[in-house]
Amino acid sequence: MRSPSRSPIIVVACRAIVPVIQLVALYVLFHGHYSPGGGFQGGVLLAASFLLIRMALGLEVAQLQFPSRAGAILGAVGVLVFAGTGIATILGGGNFLDYAHLPLPGFEAAARRSLGILLVEVGVMIAVASIITVIYDELIQSERDD
Amino acid sequence: MKAVYAALAAGLLALLVYAVNQFPSRGDTAAPSHRPVSLAGTPGAGDYYIRNALGDANTPNMVTAILADYRSFDTLGETFVVFTGGVACWLLLRRRRP
Repeated sequence: MRSPSRSPIIVVACRAIVPVIQLVALYVLFHGHYSPGGGFQGGVLLAASFLLIRMALGLEVAQLQFPSRAGAILGAVGVLVFAGTGIATILGGGNFLDYAHLPLPGFEAAARRSLGILLVEVGVMIAVASIITVIYDELIQSERDD
Repeated sequence: MKAVYAALAAGLLALLVYAVNQFPSRGDTAAPSHRPVSLAGTPGAGDYYIRNALGDANTPNMVTAILADYRSFDTLGETFVVFTGGVACWLLLRRRRP
């Protein structure tokens, strides 16, 4: 593995760029209802910000931002958010993933479906971002052990 | 041999350009994907989505509405594929400590 950079230029540039990438990731996710974007794209952007810190500052420092252990757990959580939305619609009296039956009182059917799309996209984003980070971490770790 | 490969690549490029030029233009209501009734006589999916996506899901971006609402089973499967890939990497690459 490449040793983490000691160059202050790279360190400062990463500290400046990473929050912007994360902000854009959230924008891409939440603006997916109106423009190109959504869970997969936002998740990849979020993962890119995690990987940038890992590449520039090393795996140990990056643990402060996103621990390796959290990756596998959050990947499962993201999938569970998606599937749980489907289960919630069943509990609300509809078919699996039929967001019009989300058990949310006070919303019209169209608003519920819009909200259901957002819930699902958040789940996809959590899963994609953490899984990409997990794969990177495991590759780095396995190379380091050899 | 190089000349053969170059000729093959040029032929494929010509075929690709020809095929792309045969595509229906954007917004063509007679395009196969926009027909209200398909050739088999069943209702066309694309036409339904274009007419009802905004009203059904309150989402101006039709692609998002199709991806996450009408075809959410497909997206759930994709998420499971990503998750399975990650878990497989995790299990294969993790160092076993005896």
